[in-house]
Amino acid sequence: MASSGSGYDLSSSTFSPDGRIFQVEYAAKAVENGGTTLGIRCSDGILLCSEKPLVAGRMAVPASGRRVHALSSYAGAAVTGFLPDGRQVVARGREEAAGYLDSFGAPIPPTVLAERLGSYVHYFTLHGALRPFGASTLMAGYDTAEKRHSLHMVDPSGMSYEYYAAAAGRGRQSAKTELEKLPLQPGGAGVTLERGLVILAKILHMLFEEGRDKPFVIEMGWMGVRTGWKFSAVPDGLVKAAEVEAKKELEDEEGEDDEGEEMEE
Amino acid sequence: MASLYAPPSLRQQHDGKSAETRNLKPGEISSGTTIMAVCFNGGVVLGADSRVSSGTYVVNRVSDKIVQLHERIWCCRSGSAADTQALTDIVKHHLGQISIETGRLPTVAMAAHLMRKLIYGNKDNLMAGVIVGGWDPVEGGSVYNVTLGGSCVRQPFTIGGSGSSYIYGLVDAECRSGMNADECNAFVKKAVSHAMARDGSSGGIIRTVVVTEDGNVRSYTEGNKLPYGP
Repeated sequence: MASSGSGYDLSSSTFSPDGRIFQVEYAAKAVENGGTTLGIRCSDGILLCSEKPLVAGRMAVPASGRRVHALSSYAGAAVTGFLPDGRQVVARGREEAAGYLDSFGAPIPPTVLAERLGSYVHYFTLHGALRPFGASTLMAGYDTAEKRHSLHMVDPSGMSYEYYAAAAGRGRQSAKTELEKLPLQPGGAGVTLERGLVILAKILHMLFEEGRDKPFVIEMGWMGVRTGWKFSAVPDGLVKAAEVEAKKELEDEEGEDDEGEEMEE
Repeated sequence: MASLYAPPSLRQQHDGKSAETRNLKPGEISSGTTIMAVCFNGGVVLGADSRVSSGTYVVNRVSDKIVQLHERIWCCRSGSAADTQALTDIVKHHLGQISIETGRLPTVAMAAHLMRKLIYGNKDNLMAGVIVGGWDPVEGGSVYNVTLGGSCVRQPFTIGGSGSSYIYGLVDAECRSGMNADECNAFVKKAVSHAMARDGSSGGIIRTVVVTEDGNVRSYTEGNKLPYGP
């Protein structure tokens, strides 16, 4: 859909005649160019996963340029899009969580943190001198008072929703199709963290096209029963094992498709 | 033989006044006080005397030293009346704001934390000791003692104010675990009566508030109907 800004897209403090703020939409485009980032609310925790294309070249240390960050003991975030902007949102999230703990003596409820990040991001969409954030932030949090975990996503407009599963970045459309197949809604069987590792690795490898996409590394962060609800990076060994399992399952599925074709002949 | 001459600094320390009144500015009003709060399974009972004094003059003999900070969170005030009123106003404001933002009842721990930050951060300019007690969905009933210096301690029951010095032995002996609301009520009234009998800065009536999930029940016991006293 080609949208001509013509004159109403120079500043985020200007509405277009049909009620759009083009700068915010352009910021969303920046997010669409970023590496695919996924999040799942599992029955026993939350998993955040980011595809990290190795764009910095062979001389860059693969583990650097992190996209998954801890915000506080019980909250973490994964960013995609314009990564330096994402870092800013993460920094603010850390301040909000620490400030809340300092003022009120309790960990910040994830719903409150998500809304605060939303307000912060939104502020940059109505200031003439500032540009909107070109990053979306997936946020995982555990509410220690209500004993409930939740996944949220804040987009460049400052809107935040709670999700059963979320995707942002390049491959989000296809990823959403795959995520929607999972039984994550209330009443569904749910997905465990352990299974979630493989599912997310599978989605990322499924979306990868040799030749079109740069080789990538997967970064994962989680929180759940097994971590005492504290957010941390998924150990490298488990990420690798999940990728191996994911690739194997993808090959098996391709094999099944081939068998089907042969039988039809 | 002890010297009859006391150097100037020592002379100022002991001139017959109580610890409460010594630190007050001239003319400042104290709630020389007895306050108390006790937890039971399902809530708390808060109690206080009603005397507000300025030196030997009783400014108000029926004052209300128990303040509501939020729907199910209350606070007993002791020390400078002005300081404690200012503190409770601020904490009430913050609790109201945060409960609207989070969409849930604030916890008693949160109220105590806010109080402690204010008292500790301004300890040079304040003379305030409070007992924060109430009910919240996370912990049920809980009681916190926030002292003059800004320390905050959670306890099953606690006493405070100038009159509390006289009843430490009594409350230690009388307190039993597993008391119900009525037993706690009687315990509070007995203890505060004894303090009022011995502390010149405590007197008047005993006001109590019983806080549970279902509501708050305010009550008072008249000065001539106290369980103990002249």
